[in-house]
Amino acid sequence: MRPFLYDRAASTESAPRAFDGLKEASLIQGRAPAEYLAGGTTLLDLMKLDVMQPARVVDITPLEPQHGSIAISDAGLRLGALVKMSTAADHPAVIKTYPVLAQSLTLAASAQLRNMATLGGNLLQRTRCNYFRDTSWSACNKRNPGSGCAALDGLNRQHAILGASQDCIATYPGDFAQALMALDATLDIAGPSGSRTIPIATLHKPPGSTPHIETTLAPGELITALSIPAGPWTRRSLYLKIRDRQSYEFALASAAIALHLDGDTVKDVRIALGGVASVPWRARDAEASLIGKPLNEATATAAARMAFVGSAPRTHNAYKVTLGQKTVVRALLQAATLEG
Amino acid sequence: MPKDRDDTRPDSVSRRRFLGATASTAALPLMGAAAASQASAQALPPPDPQAPLDMRLTVNGEAYRLGLDVRTTLLDAMRDHIGLTGSKKGCDHGQCGACTVLVDGRRTLACLTLAVAVQDRAVTTIEGLARADGPLHPMQQAFVDHDAFQCGYCTPGQIMSAIGCVKEGHADTDDAIREYMSGNICRCAAYPNIVAAVRQAKTQMEG
Repeated sequence: MRPFLYDRAASTESAPRAFDGLKEASLIQGRAPAEYLAGGTTLLDLMKLDVMQPARVVDITPLEPQHGSIAISDAGLRLGALVKMSTAADHPAVIKTYPVLAQSLTLAASAQLRNMATLGGNLLQRTRCNYFRDTSWSACNKRNPGSGCAALDGLNRQHAILGASQDCIATYPGDFAQALMALDATLDIAGPSGSRTIPIATLHKPPGSTPHIETTLAPGELITALSIPAGPWTRRSLYLKIRDRQSYEFALASAAIALHLDGDTVKDVRIALGGVASVPWRARDAEASLIGKPLNEATATAAARMAFVGSAPRTHNAYKVTLGQKTVVRALLQAATLEG
Repeated sequence: MPKDRDDTRPDSVSRRRFLGATASTAALPLMGAAAASQASAQALPPPDPQAPLDMRLTVNGEAYRLGLDVRTTLLDAMRDHIGLTGSKKGCDHGQCGACTVLVDGRRTLACLTLAVAVQDRAVTTIEGLARADGPLHPMQQAFVDHDAFQCGYCTPGQIMSAIGCVKEGHADTDDAIREYMSGNICRCAAYPNIVAAVRQAKTQMEG
Protein backbone atom coordinates (compact mmCIF):
# COMPACT_ATOMS: atom_id res chain seq x y z
CA MET A 1 0.00 0.00 0.00
CA ARG A 2 1.28 3.47 -0.84
CA PRO A 3 1.55 6.16 1.79
CA PHE A 4 -1.32 8.59 2.07
CA LEU A 5 -2.49 11.48 4.19
CA TYR A 6 -5.33 10.62 6.55
CA ASP A 7 -8.04 13.10 7.49
CA ARG A 8 -11.19 12.76 9.50
CA ALA A 9 -14.08 14.70 7.96
CA ALA A 10 -15.30 17.44 10.25
CA SER A 11 -18.53 18.13 8.37
CA THR A 12 -20.40 17.17 5.21
CA GLU A 13 -19.77 20.68 3.90
CA SER A 14 -16.02 20.69 4.51
CA ALA A 15 -15.22 17.09 3.51
CA PRO A 16 -15.13 17.75 -0.27
CA ARG A 17 -12.44 20.41 0.24
CA ALA A 18 -9.89 17.64 0.54
CA PHE A 19 -10.40 17.06 -3.16
CA ASP A 20 -9.65 20.53 -4.51
CA GLY A 21 -6.34 22.25 -5.02
CA LEU A 22 -4.42 19.39 -3.55
CA LYS A 23 -0.92 20.51 -4.39
CA GLU A 24 0.92 17.78 -2.56
CA ALA A 25 -1.02 15.14 -4.50
CA SER A 26 0.57 16.25 -7.74
CA LEU A 27 3.93 15.23 -6.30
CA ILE A 28 2.93 11.67 -7.02
CA GLN A 29 2.04 11.33 -10.67
CA GLY A 30 -1.13 9.62 -11.68
CA ARG A 31 -2.54 9.15 -8.20
CA ALA A 32 -6.11 10.07 -7.37
CA PRO A 33 -5.97 13.15 -5.16
CA ALA A 34 -8.33 11.73 -2.56
CA GLU A 35 -10.86 9.03 -1.73
CA TYR A 36 -13.52 8.89 0.93
CA LEU A 37 -13.16 6.12 3.49
CA ALA A 38 -16.26 4.67 5.16
CA GLY A 39 -16.33 0.91 5.78
CA GLY A 40 -13.11 0.52 3.82
CA THR A 41 -14.00 -2.94 2.56
CA THR A 42 -13.41 -1.99 -1.08
CA LEU A 43 -10.92 0.84 -0.64
CA LEU A 44 -8.44 -0.91 1.67
CA ASP A 45 -8.63 -4.10 -0.37
CA LEU A 46 -7.84 -2.25 -3.60
CA MET A 47 -5.17 -0.07 -1.99
CA LYS A 48 -3.39 -3.21 -0.82
CA LEU A 49 -3.57 -4.52 -4.39
CA ASP A 50 -2.22 -1.16 -5.66
CA VAL A 51 -5.30 -0.82 -7.86
CA MET A 52 -6.36 2.32 -5.98
CA GLN A 53 -3.67 4.80 -4.98
CA PRO A 54 -5.22 7.81 -3.28
CA ALA A 55 -2.79 10.47 -2.06
CA ARG A 56 -5.26 11.43 0.65
CA VAL A 57 -7.92 9.42 2.47
CA VAL A 58 -10.82 11.29 4.04
CA ASP A 59 -12.50 9.23 6.76
CA ILE A 60 -16.21 10.12 6.72
CA THR A 61 -17.11 7.87 9.66
CA PRO A 62 -17.32 10.96 11.92
CA LEU A 63 -20.33 12.06 9.83
CA GLU A 64 -22.34 9.03 11.01
CA PRO A 65 -24.50 11.06 13.42
CA GLN A 66 -25.84 13.09 10.46
CA HIS A 67 -26.01 10.33 7.85
CA GLY A 68 -26.38 7.12 9.82
CA SER A 69 -30.09 6.74 10.55
CA ILE A 70 -33.11 4.97 9.06
CA ALA A 71 -36.50 6.69 8.83
CA ILE A 72 -39.75 5.13 7.62
CA SER A 73 -42.86 7.16 6.84
CA ASP A 74 -45.98 6.84 4.71
CA ALA A 75 -44.04 8.50 1.91
CA GLY A 76 -41.29 5.92 1.93
CA LEU A 77 -37.98 4.93 3.39
CA ARG A 78 -34.97 7.12 3.95
CA LEU A 79 -31.61 5.51 4.58
CA GLY A 80 -28.55 7.47 5.64
CA ALA A 81 -25.62 6.65 3.39
CA LEU A 82 -23.48 5.73 6.40
CA VAL A 83 -25.95 3.12 7.66
CA LYS A 84 -24.17 -0.24 7.73
CA MET A 85 -25.43 -2.92 5.36
CA SER A 86 -26.23 -5.25 8.27
CA THR A 87 -28.20 -2.58 10.13
CA ALA A 88 -30.50 -1.98 7.16
CA ALA A 89 -30.75 -5.71 6.40
CA ASP A 90 -31.88 -6.50 9.97
CA HIS A 91 -34.30 -3.56 10.33
CA PRO A 92 -37.77 -5.09 10.95
CA ALA A 93 -39.67 -2.49 8.91
CA VAL A 94 -37.28 -2.82 5.98
CA ILE A 95 -37.68 -6.61 6.05
CA LYS A 96 -41.47 -6.30 6.19
CA THR A 97 -42.20 -3.47 3.78
CA TYR A 98 -39.18 -3.50 1.46
CA PRO A 99 -38.11 -7.17 1.38
CA VAL A 100 -36.13 -6.77 -1.85
CA LEU A 101 -33.84 -4.28 -0.10
CA ALA A 102 -33.29 -6.45 2.97
CA GLN A 103 -32.70 -9.57 0.89
CA SER A 104 -30.24 -7.93 -1.50
CA LEU A 105 -28.20 -6.82 1.52
CA THR A 106 -28.41 -10.10 3.46
CA LEU A 107 -27.35 -12.13 0.42
CA ALA A 108 -24.30 -9.92 -0.19
CA ALA A 109 -20.79 -10.48 1.18
CA SER A 110 -20.26 -11.92 4.67
CA ALA A 111 -21.61 -10.92 8.08
CA GLN A 112 -18.35 -9.15 8.93
CA LEU A 113 -18.26 -7.22 5.67
CA ARG A 114 -21.92 -6.24 6.08
CA ASN A 115 -21.11 -4.98 9.59
CA MET A 116 -18.40 -2.74 8.14
CA ALA A 117 -19.62 -1.63 4.73
CA THR A 118 -21.99 1.32 4.40
CA LEU A 119 -24.93 1.65 2.02
CA GLY A 120 -23.37 4.56 0.14
CA GLY A 121 -20.07 2.77 -0.22
CA ASN A 122 -21.79 -0.40 -1.34
CA LEU A 123 -23.26 1.40 -4.34
CA LEU A 124 -19.74 2.41 -5.35
CA GLN A 125 -18.02 -0.93 -4.91
CA ARG A 126 -15.66 -1.69 -7.77
CA THR A 127 -15.87 -4.60 -10.19
CA ARG A 128 -14.45 -8.02 -9.33
CA CYS A 129 -12.96 -8.45 -12.82
CA ASN A 130 -9.69 -10.29 -12.19
CA TYR A 131 -7.88 -8.28 -14.84
CA PHE A 132 -8.87 -5.10 -13.01
CA ARG A 133 -7.83 -6.41 -9.59
CA ASP A 134 -4.52 -7.96 -10.68
CA THR A 135 -2.05 -5.26 -11.67
CA SER A 136 0.26 -7.80 -13.31
CA TRP A 137 -2.14 -7.49 -16.27
CA SER A 138 -1.18 -4.30 -18.04
CA ALA A 139 -4.30 -4.16 -20.20
CA CYS A 140 -7.23 -2.77 -18.25
CA ASN A 141 -8.99 0.32 -19.53
CA LYS A 142 -10.68 0.79 -16.17
CA ARG A 143 -7.42 0.81 -14.22
CA ASN A 144 -5.18 2.23 -16.92
CA PRO A 145 -7.18 4.13 -19.58
CA GLY A 146 -6.19 3.31 -23.14
CA SER A 147 -4.33 0.11 -22.23
CA GLY A 148 -6.92 -2.30 -23.65
CA CYS A 149 -9.11 -4.99 -22.09
CA ALA A 150 -7.54 -8.33 -21.20
CA ALA A 151 -10.94 -9.82 -20.44
CA LEU A 152 -12.28 -9.56 -24.00
CA ASP A 153 -10.33 -12.62 -25.09
CA GLY A 154 -9.33 -13.80 -21.64
CA LEU A 155 -11.19 -15.80 -19.04
CA ASN A 156 -14.54 -14.04 -19.09
CA ARG A 157 -16.90 -16.47 -17.38
CA GLN A 158 -17.87 -13.85 -14.78
CA HIS A 159 -18.19 -10.95 -17.21
CA ALA A 160 -21.08 -8.86 -18.48
CA ILE A 161 -23.33 -9.72 -21.41
CA LEU A 162 -25.44 -6.55 -21.17
CA GLY A 163 -24.23 -2.97 -21.35
CA ALA A 164 -20.60 -3.86 -22.03
CA SER A 165 -18.44 -2.25 -24.71
CA GLN A 166 -15.42 -3.09 -26.83
CA ASP A 167 -13.31 -1.39 -24.17
CA CYS A 168 -14.65 -3.10 -21.04
CA ILE A 169 -16.83 -6.09 -20.19
CA ALA A 170 -16.49 -5.92 -16.41
CA THR A 171 -19.59 -6.76 -14.38
CA TYR A 172 -21.06 -4.47 -11.77
CA PRO A 173 -20.67 -6.73 -8.71
CA GLY A 174 -23.26 -5.45 -6.24
CA ASP A 175 -26.79 -6.51 -5.29
CA PHE A 176 -28.28 -3.61 -3.34
CA ALA A 177 -28.15 -1.15 -6.26
CA GLN A 178 -30.41 -3.46 -8.27
CA ALA A 179 -32.99 -3.45 -5.47
CA LEU A 180 -32.84 0.35 -5.38
CA MET A 181 -33.22 0.45 -9.18
CA ALA A 182 -36.36 -1.67 -8.96
CA LEU A 183 -37.82 0.72 -6.39
CA ASP A 184 -36.88 3.94 -8.24
CA ALA A 185 -34.75 5.22 -5.38
CA THR A 186 -33.15 8.65 -5.39
CA LEU A 187 -29.81 9.65 -3.93
CA ASP A 188 -28.96 12.83 -2.04
CA ILE A 189 -25.49 14.01 -2.94
CA ALA A 190 -23.38 16.66 -1.24
CA GLY A 191 -20.45 18.22 -3.01
CA PRO A 192 -18.15 21.16 -3.50
CA SER A 193 -20.81 23.03 -5.45
CA GLY A 194 -23.77 22.26 -3.22
CA SER A 195 -26.30 19.46 -2.90
CA ARG A 196 -28.39 17.68 -5.49
CA THR A 197 -30.72 14.69 -5.76
CA ILE A 198 -30.48 12.17 -8.58
CA PRO A 199 -32.31 8.98 -9.56
CA ILE A 200 -30.25 5.86 -8.76
CA ALA A 201 -30.59 4.93 -12.44
CA THR A 202 -28.31 7.83 -13.37
CA LEU A 203 -25.53 7.07 -10.85
CA HIS A 204 -23.62 4.39 -12.74
CA LYS A 205 -22.22 5.04 -16.22
CA PRO A 206 -22.01 2.28 -18.82
CA PRO A 207 -18.36 1.76 -19.78
CA GLY A 208 -18.54 2.94 -23.40
CA SER A 209 -15.12 4.24 -24.41
CA THR A 210 -14.36 5.55 -20.88
CA PRO A 211 -14.60 2.54 -18.54
CA HIS A 212 -12.51 4.34 -15.91
CA ILE A 213 -15.38 6.78 -15.36
CA GLU A 214 -17.82 4.61 -13.43
CA THR A 215 -20.28 7.10 -12.00
CA THR A 216 -21.74 10.53 -12.61
CA LEU A 217 -20.36 11.78 -9.28
CA ALA A 218 -18.02 14.75 -9.61
CA PRO A 219 -14.74 14.72 -7.66
CA GLY A 220 -15.48 15.36 -4.00
CA GLU A 221 -19.16 14.53 -4.24
CA LEU A 222 -20.51 12.33 -1.48
CA ILE A 223 -23.71 10.26 -1.33
CA THR A 224 -25.45 11.27 1.90
CA ALA A 225 -28.86 9.56 1.78
CA LEU A 226 -30.97 7.11 -0.18
CA SER A 227 -34.72 7.68 -0.53
CA ILE A 228 -37.09 4.93 -1.57
CA PRO A 229 -40.66 6.01 -2.39
CA ALA A 230 -43.53 3.96 -0.98
CA GLY A 231 -45.65 2.14 -3.52
CA PRO A 232 -48.01 -0.79 -3.96
CA TRP A 233 -45.12 -2.88 -5.35
CA THR A 234 -42.71 -2.72 -2.40
CA ARG A 235 -44.17 -5.52 -0.25
CA ARG A 236 -44.43 -7.99 -3.11
CA SER A 237 -40.75 -7.72 -3.86
CA LEU A 238 -37.77 -10.04 -3.67
CA TYR A 239 -34.15 -10.51 -4.64
CA LEU A 240 -33.11 -13.80 -6.22
CA LYS A 241 -29.36 -14.40 -6.46
CA ILE A 242 -27.79 -17.29 -8.35
CA ARG A 243 -24.12 -18.05 -7.67
CA ASP A 244 -21.47 -20.74 -7.63
CA ARG A 245 -22.00 -21.44 -3.93
CA GLN A 246 -24.91 -20.78 -1.64
CA SER A 247 -23.37 -18.07 0.51
CA TYR A 248 -20.67 -15.39 0.44
CA GLU A 249 -20.30 -15.21 -3.32
CA PHE A 250 -20.98 -12.71 -6.08
CA ALA A 251 -23.95 -13.19 -8.40
CA LEU A 252 -23.63 -14.96 -11.72
CA ALA A 253 -27.16 -13.77 -12.34
CA SER A 254 -29.65 -12.06 -10.07
CA ALA A 255 -33.01 -10.36 -10.29
CA ALA A 256 -34.65 -7.72 -8.13
CA ILE A 257 -38.41 -7.83 -8.61
CA ALA A 258 -41.13 -5.48 -7.36
CA LEU A 259 -44.64 -6.40 -8.35
CA HIS A 260 -48.06 -4.78 -8.14
CA LEU A 261 -50.87 -7.23 -8.95
CA ASP A 262 -54.56 -6.52 -9.38
CA GLY A 263 -55.99 -9.98 -8.90
CA ASP A 264 -53.90 -11.99 -11.32
CA THR A 265 -53.18 -9.05 -13.61
CA VAL A 266 -49.92 -7.18 -13.54
CA LYS A 267 -50.55 -3.49 -12.83
CA ASP A 268 -46.89 -2.61 -12.40
CA VAL A 269 -43.68 -4.59 -12.30
CA ARG A 270 -40.02 -3.66 -11.94
CA ILE A 271 -37.19 -5.95 -12.96
CA ALA A 272 -33.54 -5.12 -12.27
CA LEU A 273 -30.71 -7.48 -13.14
CA GLY A 274 -27.39 -8.16 -11.46
CA GLY A 275 -24.39 -10.34 -12.28
CA VAL A 276 -24.95 -10.03 -16.01
CA ALA A 277 -24.48 -6.35 -16.80
CA SER A 278 -21.83 -3.66 -16.64
CA VAL A 279 -24.08 -1.46 -14.51
CA PRO A 280 -27.18 -2.11 -12.38
CA TRP A 281 -29.61 -2.98 -15.17
CA ARG A 282 -33.30 -2.22 -15.44
CA ALA A 283 -35.15 -4.47 -17.94
CA ARG A 284 -37.78 -1.94 -18.97
CA ASP A 285 -38.96 -3.68 -22.16
CA ALA A 286 -39.51 -6.87 -20.21
CA GLU A 287 -41.49 -4.93 -17.61
CA ALA A 288 -43.66 -3.28 -20.27
CA SER A 289 -44.44 -6.65 -21.85
CA LEU A 290 -46.10 -7.81 -18.63
CA ILE A 291 -48.36 -4.84 -17.90
CA GLY A 292 -52.02 -5.74 -18.14
CA LYS A 293 -51.33 -9.45 -18.48
CA PRO A 294 -51.65 -12.33 -16.05
CA LEU A 295 -48.33 -13.43 -14.54
CA ASN A 296 -47.72 -17.08 -15.40
CA GLU A 297 -44.92 -19.22 -16.77
CA ALA A 298 -45.66 -18.23 -20.36
CA THR A 299 -45.74 -14.47 -19.82
CA ALA A 300 -42.77 -14.59 -17.44
CA THR A 301 -40.73 -16.57 -19.97
CA ALA A 302 -41.56 -14.13 -22.75
CA ALA A 303 -40.55 -11.22 -20.53
CA ALA A 304 -37.33 -12.95 -19.54
CA ARG A 305 -36.41 -13.44 -23.19
CA MET A 306 -37.05 -9.78 -23.83
CA ALA A 307 -34.76 -8.83 -20.94
CA PHE A 308 -31.79 -10.41 -22.71
CA VAL A 309 -32.43 -9.12 -26.23
CA GLY A 310 -29.22 -7.44 -27.33
CA SER A 311 -27.00 -9.40 -24.98
CA ALA A 312 -23.47 -9.89 -26.27
CA PRO A 313 -21.80 -12.96 -24.80
CA ARG A 314 -18.07 -13.69 -25.13
CA THR A 315 -16.24 -17.03 -25.11
CA HIS A 316 -17.00 -18.17 -21.55
CA ASN A 317 -20.12 -16.31 -20.46
CA ALA A 318 -22.79 -17.34 -22.99
CA TYR A 319 -24.37 -19.46 -20.24
CA LYS A 320 -25.48 -16.23 -18.60
CA VAL A 321 -28.16 -15.68 -21.24
CA THR A 322 -30.01 -18.86 -20.26
CA LEU A 323 -29.15 -18.54 -16.57
CA GLY A 324 -30.30 -14.92 -16.53
CA GLN A 325 -33.58 -15.71 -18.25
CA LYS A 326 -34.34 -18.58 -15.87
CA THR A 327 -33.47 -16.34 -12.92
CA VAL A 328 -35.99 -13.74 -14.11
CA VAL A 329 -38.73 -16.35 -14.64
CA ARG A 330 -38.24 -17.91 -11.22
CA ALA A 331 -38.06 -14.53 -9.50
CA LEU A 332 -41.26 -13.29 -11.18
CA LEU A 333 -43.22 -16.43 -10.34
CA GLN A 334 -41.95 -16.36 -6.74
CA ALA A 335 -42.95 -12.71 -6.41
CA ALA A 336 -46.48 -13.55 -7.61
CA THR A 337 -46.90 -15.90 -4.64
CA LEU A 338 -46.07 -13.21 -2.08
CA GLU A 339 -48.67 -11.27 -0.16
CA GLY A 340 -49.18 -7.77 -1.49
CA MET B 1 8.42 -0.24 -0.32
CA PRO B 2 8.75 3.53 -0.59
CA LYS B 3 12.13 4.98 0.17
CA ASP B 4 13.05 6.10 3.66
CA ARG B 5 12.49 9.63 4.73
CA ASP B 6 15.33 12.07 4.77
CA ASP B 7 16.97 11.31 8.08
CA THR B 8 18.71 14.65 8.35
CA ARG B 9 15.59 16.62 9.09
CA PRO B 10 15.46 17.33 12.81
CA ASP B 11 11.81 16.37 13.27
CA SER B 12 12.01 13.17 11.30
CA VAL B 13 12.09 9.60 12.43
CA SER B 14 13.46 7.31 9.77
CA ARG B 15 11.18 4.53 8.74
CA ARG B 16 13.89 1.96 9.32
CA ARG B 17 14.73 3.22 12.77
CA PHE B 18 11.06 3.57 13.54
CA LEU B 19 10.24 0.01 12.55
CA GLY B 20 13.24 -1.26 14.48
CA ALA B 21 12.04 0.49 17.58
CA THR B 22 8.46 -0.70 17.35
CA ALA B 23 9.46 -4.30 16.83
CA SER B 24 11.01 -4.45 20.28
CA THR B 25 8.60 -2.22 22.16
CA ALA B 26 5.12 -3.10 23.24
CA ALA B 27 3.79 0.44 23.45
CA LEU B 28 5.57 3.60 22.47
CA PRO B 29 5.39 7.16 23.61
CA LEU B 30 4.55 9.62 20.88
CA MET B 31 7.42 9.83 18.42
CA GLY B 32 7.80 13.19 16.73
CA ALA B 33 4.88 15.34 17.76
CA ALA B 34 5.42 17.66 14.81
CA ALA B 35 5.32 14.80 12.36
CA ALA B 36 2.29 13.23 13.97
CA SER B 37 0.12 16.28 13.67
CA GLN B 38 0.79 16.72 9.99
CA ALA B 39 -2.05 14.60 8.68
CA SER B 40 -4.53 17.39 9.19
CA ALA B 41 -2.17 20.33 8.86
CA GLN B 42 -2.86 22.71 6.00
CA ALA B 43 0.15 25.01 6.60
CA LEU B 44 3.68 24.60 5.23
CA PRO B 45 5.78 22.52 5.22
CA PRO B 46 3.65 20.07 3.24
CA PRO B 47 2.58 17.07 5.30
CA ASP B 48 4.61 13.92 4.94
CA PRO B 49 2.42 10.85 4.46
CA GLN B 50 5.22 8.64 5.76
CA ALA B 51 5.59 10.36 9.10
CA PRO B 52 4.49 8.11 11.96
CA LEU B 53 1.22 9.04 13.60
CA ASP B 54 0.49 9.07 17.29
CA MET B 55 -2.32 6.57 17.80
CA ARG B 56 -4.30 5.42 20.79
CA LEU B 57 -5.93 2.02 20.66
CA THR B 58 -8.07 0.26 23.25
CA VAL B 59 -7.77 -3.50 23.01
CA ASN B 60 -9.33 -5.85 25.55
CA GLY B 61 -9.81 -2.92 27.92
CA GLU B 62 -6.13 -1.91 27.83
CA ALA B 63 -5.12 1.45 26.40
CA TYR B 64 -2.11 1.53 24.08
CA ARG B 65 -0.27 4.53 22.69
CA LEU B 66 1.65 3.79 19.53
CA GLY B 67 3.58 5.63 16.85
CA LEU B 68 2.53 3.94 13.64
CA ASP B 69 2.68 4.36 9.89
CA VAL B 70 -0.74 5.55 8.75
CA ARG B 71 -1.09 2.45 6.56
CA THR B 72 -1.01 0.09 9.53
CA THR B 73 -4.12 -2.05 9.77
CA LEU B 74 -5.71 -2.85 13.10
CA LEU B 75 -4.55 -6.43 12.58
CA ASP B 76 -0.90 -5.49 12.09
CA ALA B 77 -1.03 -2.98 14.93
CA MET B 78 -2.22 -5.70 17.31
CA ARG B 79 0.02 -8.48 16.07
CA ASP B 80 3.26 -6.65 15.31
CA HIS B 81 3.19 -3.68 17.66
CA ILE B 82 1.08 -4.63 20.68
CA GLY B 83 2.04 -8.29 20.69
CA LEU B 84 -1.46 -9.75 20.58
CA THR B 85 -0.98 -12.49 18.00
CA GLY B 86 -4.23 -14.37 18.64
CA SER B 87 -5.97 -12.70 15.70
CA LYS B 88 -4.61 -14.36 12.58
CA LYS B 89 -3.63 -13.06 9.17
CA GLY B 90 -4.97 -15.35 6.48
CA CYS B 91 -5.74 -13.63 3.18
CA ASP B 92 -5.24 -10.02 4.38
CA HIS B 93 -8.04 -9.02 1.97
CA GLY B 94 -11.21 -9.57 3.96
CA GLN B 95 -12.03 -12.89 2.36
CA CYS B 96 -11.17 -15.53 4.98
CA GLY B 97 -12.32 -14.19 8.35
CA ALA B 98 -9.22 -15.30 10.31
CA CYS B 99 -8.68 -11.74 11.56
CA THR B 100 -12.21 -11.26 12.91
CA VAL B 101 -12.38 -9.19 16.10
CA LEU B 102 -15.16 -7.27 17.83
CA VAL B 103 -15.11 -3.48 17.42
CA ASP B 104 -17.62 -1.86 19.77
CA GLY B 105 -19.17 -5.33 20.00
CA ARG B 106 -19.62 -5.81 16.22
CA ARG B 107 -17.62 -8.44 14.42
CA THR B 108 -15.18 -6.72 12.12
CA LEU B 109 -12.30 -7.70 9.83
CA ALA B 110 -9.14 -6.28 11.40
CA CYS B 111 -7.21 -6.65 8.12
CA LEU B 112 -9.49 -4.18 6.31
CA THR B 113 -9.58 -1.71 9.20
CA LEU B 114 -7.04 1.07 9.54
CA ALA B 115 -5.73 1.34 13.09
CA VAL B 116 -5.90 5.13 12.84
CA ALA B 117 -9.64 4.92 12.12
CA VAL B 118 -10.65 2.97 15.25
CA GLN B 119 -8.84 4.96 17.92
CA ASP B 120 -12.02 5.78 19.81
CA ARG B 121 -13.41 2.24 19.57
CA ALA B 122 -13.24 -0.71 21.96
CA VAL B 123 -11.55 -3.69 20.33
CA THR B 124 -11.98 -7.22 21.70
CA THR B 125 -9.80 -10.10 20.54
CA ILE B 126 -9.61 -13.78 21.39
CA GLU B 127 -7.15 -12.86 24.18
CA GLY B 128 -9.83 -10.73 25.83
CA LEU B 129 -12.52 -13.38 26.23
CA ALA B 130 -11.31 -15.09 29.41
CA ARG B 131 -9.01 -14.23 32.29
CA ALA B 132 -5.82 -16.28 32.57
CA ASP B 133 -7.04 -17.78 35.85
CA GLY B 134 -10.71 -17.99 34.95
CA PRO B 135 -12.98 -20.28 32.97
CA LEU B 136 -13.08 -20.15 29.18
CA HIS B 137 -15.75 -18.13 27.42
CA PRO B 138 -18.70 -20.45 26.61
CA MET B 139 -17.83 -20.19 22.90
CA GLN B 140 -14.20 -21.20 23.53
CA GLN B 141 -15.35 -24.11 25.71
CA ALA B 142 -17.86 -25.19 23.05
CA PHE B 143 -15.14 -25.27 20.37
CA VAL B 144 -13.07 -27.53 22.68
CA ASP B 145 -16.07 -29.71 23.55
CA HIS B 146 -17.01 -30.25 19.90
CA ASP B 147 -13.50 -30.53 18.49
CA ALA B 148 -14.43 -27.65 16.20
CA PHE B 149 -11.01 -27.27 14.63
CA GLN B 150 -8.10 -29.26 13.30
CA CYS B 151 -5.10 -27.04 12.61
CA GLY B 152 -6.59 -24.20 14.63
CA TYR B 153 -5.45 -21.29 12.47
CA CYS B 154 -8.94 -20.02 11.70
CA THR B 155 -10.21 -20.73 15.21
CA PRO B 156 -9.72 -17.32 16.88
CA GLY B 157 -11.59 -15.70 13.99
CA GLN B 158 -14.26 -18.40 14.07
CA ILE B 159 -14.81 -17.90 17.80
CA MET B 160 -14.98 -14.10 17.60
CA SER B 161 -17.31 -14.34 14.62
CA ALA B 162 -19.47 -16.93 16.37
CA ILE B 163 -19.87 -14.65 19.40
CA GLY B 164 -20.99 -11.88 17.05
CA CYS B 165 -23.33 -14.29 15.28
CA VAL B 166 -25.07 -15.23 18.55
CA LYS B 167 -25.24 -11.62 19.78
CA GLU B 168 -26.77 -10.49 16.47
CA GLY B 169 -29.52 -13.11 16.86
CA HIS B 170 -28.48 -15.07 13.77
CA ALA B 171 -27.85 -18.44 15.45
CA ASP B 172 -31.40 -19.71 15.84
CA THR B 173 -31.08 -22.57 13.35
CA ASP B 174 -28.25 -24.58 11.84
CA ASP B 175 -29.00 -23.00 8.48
CA ALA B 176 -28.78 -19.52 9.98
CA ILE B 177 -25.48 -20.40 11.67
CA ARG B 178 -24.07 -21.65 8.38
CA GLU B 179 -25.24 -18.57 6.50
CA TYR B 180 -24.07 -16.04 9.06
CA MET B 181 -20.74 -17.81 9.66
CA SER B 182 -19.95 -18.07 5.94
CA GLY B 183 -17.37 -15.31 6.19
CA ASN B 184 -15.07 -17.60 8.17
CA ILE B 185 -13.29 -20.13 6.01
CA CYS B 186 -11.93 -23.36 7.55
CA ARG B 187 -9.56 -25.19 5.23
CA CYS B 188 -9.70 -28.24 7.51
CA ALA B 189 -13.48 -28.20 6.94
CA ALA B 190 -14.48 -28.54 10.57
CA TYR B 191 -17.79 -26.91 9.66
CA PRO B 192 -20.22 -29.49 11.14
CA ASN B 193 -18.42 -29.30 14.48
CA ILE B 194 -18.32 -25.50 14.35
CA VAL B 195 -22.10 -25.42 13.85
CA ALA B 196 -22.53 -27.77 16.81
CA ALA B 197 -20.24 -25.61 18.95
CA VAL B 198 -22.11 -22.40 18.10
CA ARG B 199 -25.41 -24.10 18.92
CA GLN B 200 -24.13 -25.21 22.33
CA ALA B 201 -22.59 -21.85 23.20
CA LYS B 202 -25.72 -19.99 22.13
CA THR B 203 -27.74 -21.83 24.76
CA GLN B 204 -25.19 -21.00 27.44
CA MET B 205 -24.69 -17.38 26.37
CA GLU B 206 -28.42 -16.74 26.37
CA GLY B 207 -29.22 -18.93 29.37
